[in-house]
Amino acid sequence: MSTPPPAGDPGGEWRRLDRKALLVTGAVTASVLAGLCLPVLLGISGGAWFGEGPRRGTALTLLLAGAALLILLAVYGEHLTWCRTRYRIGPERVELHSGVVLVTQRSLARERIRSVDLTANPLLRILDLVKVRIGTGEQSGGKESTLELNPVSRAEGERLRAELLARAARPESRSHRDGVLASVDPSWIRYAPLSFVAPALGGAAAGAVMQASDWFGVQGEVIGWVADRFENTSVAAMIAVLALAALVAGVVGSLGLWAEMWWNHRLEREPGGTLRVRRGLLTARSVSVEERRLRGVELVEPLGVRLAGAARLDAVATGIGHDDGDAHADLKVLLPPAPRAVTSATAAQVLREPVTPTDAPLTPHPRAARTRRLRWALLSALVPLAVLTVLGLLLTPVLLTIAAGYAAAALPAAVLLALDAYRALGHAVSGGYLVTRSGTVRRATVALQRGGVIGWVIEQSVFQRRAGVLTLTATTAAGAGAYSVYDADDREGLVFAVEAVPGLLTPFLEPVPERDITS
Amino acid sequence: MTSLEGEGTAVRLRPPNNRLDERAVRWWRTQSLIVTAGGTAVLAVPGLLIAPARGWLLAAAAVVAVLGLAEAAVFPGWRFRVHRWEITDQAVYVRTGAFQQQWRIAPMSRIQTVDTRRGPLERAFGLATVTVTTASSKGEIEIEGLDHELAARLAERLTLITQATPGDAT
Repeated sequence: MSTPPPAGDPGGEWRRLDRKALLVTGAVTASVLAGLCLPVLLGISGGAWFGEGPRRGTALTLLLAGAALLILLAVYGEHLTWCRTRYRIGPERVELHSGVVLVTQRSLARERIRSVDLTANPLLRILDLVKVRIGTGEQSGGKESTLELNPVSRAEGERLRAELLARAARPESRSHRDGVLASVDPSWIRYAPLSFVAPALGGAAAGAVMQASDWFGVQGEVIGWVADRFENTSVAAMIAVLALAALVAGVVGSLGLWAEMWWNHRLEREPGGTLRVRRGLLTARSVSVEERRLRGVELVEPLGVRLAGAARLDAVATGIGHDDGDAHADLKVLLPPAPRAVTSATAAQVLREPVTPTDAPLTPHPRAARTRRLRWALLSALVPLAVLTVLGLLLTPVLLTIAAGYAAAALPAAVLLALDAYRALGHAVSGGYLVTRSGTVRRATVALQRGGVIGWVIEQSVFQRRAGVLTLTATTAAGAGAYSVYDADDREGLVFAVEAVPGLLTPFLEPVPERDITS
Repeated sequence: MTSLEGEGTAVRLRPPNNRLDERAVRWWRTQSLIVTAGGTAVLAVPGLLIAPARGWLLAAAAVVAVLGLAEAAVFPGWRFRVHRWEITDQAVYVRTGAFQQQWRIAPMSRIQTVDTRRGPLERAFGLATVTVTTASSKGEIEIEGLDHELAARLAERLTLITQATPGDAT
């Protein structure tokens, strides 16, 4: 590997990753070791720091020396990797050679590159470095279609991004400007606790306390301590206070999570037709979506967020990576939950339309769809009720009381959700887009380019046939792969499908014989 | 659409032109009988060996056997009446299902791969399955229960048509 890479190749010189990679590895190893050694240190010193006796001193010295050795080894290993990793941006291909034991040489055709995403965690940010992921947006290739340069300097990362995504600027539609399309308003943090993250985080916090106390063998004491606090209060009050505490923890957690994910969020359009999302408080992220692979947008309104009059905007695009290691890196989100009007305006800007198709008037679905939703909701609410009642009759009357309480709460909730689910249903063809809306807990309105529809799946169960409805699903290469129109009128739905994608369905339709219409 | 739309006539999906090979019924029936036999055996064998749980296990085995036999009696024929396929120069059109019917349509210009598949049981009945995929992860079309020679010819024809059709399939 000491041979210099072939020189004189036009347009591309071999480059190395940033030297500071060694520093990163050293710091990461040191922090991992610190986490591992601390308990050992505590054990050695018997709880008392640097206690008496030469043995303790020796043990400490050995431990620190071992740690230093491990750090050196890790840095040396990283040095070897660094020496053998090089990349080149040629006129036609991007190449990456890497590997110490198993040498891999990978290259991507530049014309197939669809995304260059930059991520920097706090450590990388301090060192002014970024991690670069170069992707072709091909899902079938899996890992093979992504090159990762980790790390390069921030300036180099920006240079790579600009160079690889540079396309001839489109002359059309000057009306829709380049530059910032939307940026986050810190007051939107108020929508953060409304999502389902808050209660989940609250529960997780309580669970974490229990787990951690279990590790140190003091779980019983923690429970006892909590019980002592509530010595003179009723069980109900105790449950209420604990639930409140978990809720507060959840709210605080969701606010923190929101800040980490969405701080400094900006959605920009760059010359050449690339949408870029930049965001992150500690870990800075930059995600690019080429407009060529954008097939539409999805306006998502989770229940709590919708009640507060807000909505989130997702991109429906081909080849957005799902395999990013980062848990919070939801790459398709263009705008976090924001006031409805802002989301609509942003959607229009993203799609280069005067008005967003997601706000188009939608065709409502037949009443049979409402009946079906009510039936499902009531059935799913009645099953636990029936179980509770039967058990109550067989075992103890306490269960009957619980069943009555459950019925009083669950049945109205089921009816409300079913009616809301029916109200959500709608579909339309709006300009160049097919629009469909559904969902109550997570209401989603999708505007999909009609040209992006690459097939239809039409489903009808025996029940649906009797009710005169069917479910139409447009398949697409982008986003979730398929978007459905649930329980549309079986005649009108087919006409809608023909209108949305002319020609595709037409040869397979036939007029309905008269007697069938009247029956 | 013009001829249908002009008069405001109601439309519905017409069935695709071709039925499956009749051996498909026996193939499906054999499949469900094998699954039923397996499920029944898993419950019945321990039932015969473990005396204390015998009643429960044998009862469960009987339920599985009855349900499986009923399925094998009813569904293969029903499915055969529903399953149909058609390949035009523009699109692949398939109807499948029984209780829940499904119509799938993919235009030739969007087809990415065409595969034929023959499992051991399909081979025993001289059948094959043709699978057509598009760029959508949910747009796959399967035509199962075709005569294997017909399936090979279809796959070849589909490959030729899709190669001749321009477009990058997304």
